[in-house]
Amino acid sequence: MESLFNQLPIGLSIAAVLLLIALGLTFTFGQMGVINMAHGEFIMAGAYTAYMLQDLTGTQAVAVALPVAFVVAGAMGWLLERLAIRHFYGRPLDTLLLTWGVSLVLQQAARDIFGAPNVQVVAPSWLSGGVEMFGSNLPYARLFIMALAIICVIAIWAYMNRSRQGRRMRAVMQNRELAGCSGVDTERVDQLTFFIGSGLAGVAGVALTLIGPVGPNLGTYYIVDAFLVVVAGGLGQLRGAVIAAVALGLLNSYAEFWTDASLAKVIVFAAIIAFLQFRPQGLFVLRSRALT
Amino acid sequence: MSEKLRGYGLFALVALLLLVVAPLVLPPFRLDELAKYLCFAIVALGIGLAWGQGGMLTLGQGVFFGLGGYAMGMYLKLHDAGPGGLPDFMEWSGVETLPAFWKPFANPVVALAAVVLVPVAVALLLGTLVFRQRVRGAYFAILSQALAAAFVILLVGQQGLTGGTNGLTNFYDIFGQDPEAESTQRSMYFVTALVLGVLYLGARQLVKSRFGRLLVAVRDGEDRVRFLGYNPATVKTITFAISAGMAGLAGALFVPVVGIISPSLLGVVPSLELVVAVAIGGRYALAGAILGAIIMNYAKTGFSEEFAGGWLYLQGALFILVMTLAPKGAIGVYHQARDALARRRRPPAAEDDAPVPQKQEVPA
Amino acid sequence: MSALLEIRGLEVVFDGFRAIDGIDLTVDQGELRFLIGPNGAGKTTLIDVITGLTRPAAGSVRFGGTELVGHKEHKIVRLGIGRTFQTSVVFEELSVVENLDLAASFRRPLAALLRQRRGVSDTVRAALETIGLTDLAERPAGVLSHGQRQWLEIGMLIAQGPKLLLLDEPVAGMSKDERERTGELLTEIAKDHTVIVIEHDMEFLRRYASQVTVLHEGTVLVEGDVAAVQADPRVQEVYLGRSREDAA
Repeated sequence: MESLFNQLPIGLSIAAVLLLIALGLTFTFGQMGVINMAHGEFIMAGAYTAYMLQDLTGTQAVAVALPVAFVVAGAMGWLLERLAIRHFYGRPLDTLLLTWGVSLVLQQAARDIFGAPNVQVVAPSWLSGGVEMFGSNLPYARLFIMALAIICVIAIWAYMNRSRQGRRMRAVMQNRELAGCSGVDTERVDQLTFFIGSGLAGVAGVALTLIGPVGPNLGTYYIVDAFLVVVAGGLGQLRGAVIAAVALGLLNSYAEFWTDASLAKVIVFAAIIAFLQFRPQGLFVLRSRALT
Repeated sequence: MSEKLRGYGLFALVALLLLVVAPLVLPPFRLDELAKYLCFAIVALGIGLAWGQGGMLTLGQGVFFGLGGYAMGMYLKLHDAGPGGLPDFMEWSGVETLPAFWKPFANPVVALAAVVLVPVAVALLLGTLVFRQRVRGAYFAILSQALAAAFVILLVGQQGLTGGTNGLTNFYDIFGQDPEAESTQRSMYFVTALVLGVLYLGARQLVKSRFGRLLVAVRDGEDRVRFLGYNPATVKTITFAISAGMAGLAGALFVPVVGIISPSLLGVVPSLELVVAVAIGGRYALAGAILGAIIMNYAKTGFSEEFAGGWLYLQGALFILVMTLAPKGAIGVYHQARDALARRRRPPAAEDDAPVPQKQEVPA
Repeated sequence: MSALLEIRGLEVVFDGFRAIDGIDLTVDQGELRFLIGPNGAGKTTLIDVITGLTRPAAGSVRFGGTELVGHKEHKIVRLGIGRTFQTSVVFEELSVVENLDLAASFRRPLAALLRQRRGVSDTVRAALETIGLTDLAERPAGVLSHGQRQWLEIGMLIAQGPKLLLLDEPVAGMSKDERERTGELLTEIAKDHTVIVIEHDMEFLRRYASQVTVLHEGTVLVEGDVAAVQADPRVQEVYLGRSREDAA
């Protein structure tokens, strides 16, 4: 029974990582329907930003790295949207392949700039150590990631529901033509959406440096799981992504505990397929009458 | 009629090149390499069918390739096994008795049947579950990719059962032949080329049949097809299973040709690479899929031999260019050029018979 | 005359909005029935329910004695109901003949579908002639004009050999000539089919309709022949202002 609680903090901390990496996708994939395979490389860019800041300043200032990484990754996303993706709207599968090409180039660029071996970002001293919880040791770094995930969710929620820009974004997502006719500059909204979504990948990247090394393959490692969270959560639904991330995180940790790490992945995949039998469009769906 | 004749002529020419010229001209090492690319071309053919014709972007064909390859590899390993009846890697990882799911693969007939049947069964199951629920497009692509990721993690994790990262290798006896011998390599090349040819003709027949027309209809308007009285899920599941079977067969051929099957050959990246190859060759034509797979792999080998890192840049850049400028791939460009030439030759009056497509807005 | 389609106590709710609020409707064998009503009256929703696209909250739809509610779309087609859509959807990559042939072939077993089409079947040829697209038979459907597409859709419907045809605004967006042609087509089809047509166009209605059902806010307002319906004060009230505009 004790082990049942043991797994809880581990599961929640996996959930927090999943949520952080998937939050950006709820913008780019969820709001705009763009499958950006280079999202993983934006995460990587965020992580390397933290690494470079550490090199430049000699200190481990997470507080500085987070906003800088947000802007760096966001700018990369904005550039990608401007240069390529905007020519591909309405062709989601082609976008997927296109951005995969971009992700290849970015990975190789990282290898050339930072070298193929992994690098380490030293966690700041106030994040070393941990706290006992249900009999297992939960590092402060993990707690920090959970807090960061919660803060991001609240900030996004407030942005989407309480700000003019956010409402515009939702309007464009629900009916692009109508929003355009109502005077919303849809192209600017697209740019902003992509900037924020990609910027969140940068934030996730900084968070990942606290729990592991940074390497050119960092993005590849997380991208599939991130998309699964969005698929299970339902397109464009923040609460869906939150619930899906928590459910998948917990399932992952418990499945890993009862079987092993490799079987756990298969179990999670099977669970998602099973879940889609009841909710083919994910947890939460926006209804529409159109025959698409 | 002339179109048809030209098609047969091209096919005969390619067959001549592959079956006569290549074996005569290429040194054994290069011929073996070509055999490997032909294996990938078989997978690509399946992708062309599922994605190009059916609109199902399957990013997990590596799984089916792997299932076929491992079925073949398991048979070969058991055939080579020492007195204990255990494959070498199991002895190294301390496994003492042969796992139950390995046992049937000692029988060559069972193993050869499994090469096709296991991938087909997995695809039928996944297809039924996913397509029946109308999960499609990007969602399907992501799920197929997740399957590839999970499959590889499983293979690597279950070291004692699957050979882990190393996969299955060190085969000493391939149906009575020495795998290293030049004659074996040569006959494997011919078998692979013939299988590819037969599968291509079969796939072409399928595309031209009513089923093939229906498949295109499903790709372009799945919901409309329902109102023609067909269940799109059935059409898609069958096609997906056919493409999985092709990938399985390719995997089984790959094992004797290359001498190894391992997780690094079937994960997310190799699966995606083949889709990319199909896109570059031309996804809407089966020949384009095959062409793409062969050219891309040649380019990959060539470039990796010269400068390793450059290939990724080149592949990425090439791919971005193709998707942006020529989404129909090499075959699409070829068709465009041919049509442009034909138009120049024809008197301008002949063009007037084409009604101008009118697009009118319909009040909803 | 016997009833082919019987709808009883039908209710459809979209997120709390009652799109159909208790409709009873009977269509007899061989009838040509027009469904009219202002926007949001529930006309298309009604057809969506009959064809399985939308699930009702309550009520039943019986077709020749078989309950349709709960069946999937393609099953309902196989029972003998065909429909068109407001925005015509034909398969642009396929030729006109291939479009019609697919529509005519759904009763073939799967194994037979694996064979290539040889020539043009009688059903398809007849449909081609009825819709007047014989000359364009081998062209891809993508090059057709809007009107031709609508006819191709109607042709596909005929090729299906259904017992009941549902047409959703067949003349919307058509030119005057095209409307006339469609009207003739409709009259011809109605000779040996049961047809339900949704239409906004009042002039078209006056020329080709006999039996009309007027829907309003998810209920049946009036039912009867054209003259009686037009004279009905309730209909005039619902259409007030609008009807004169439409008729102009």
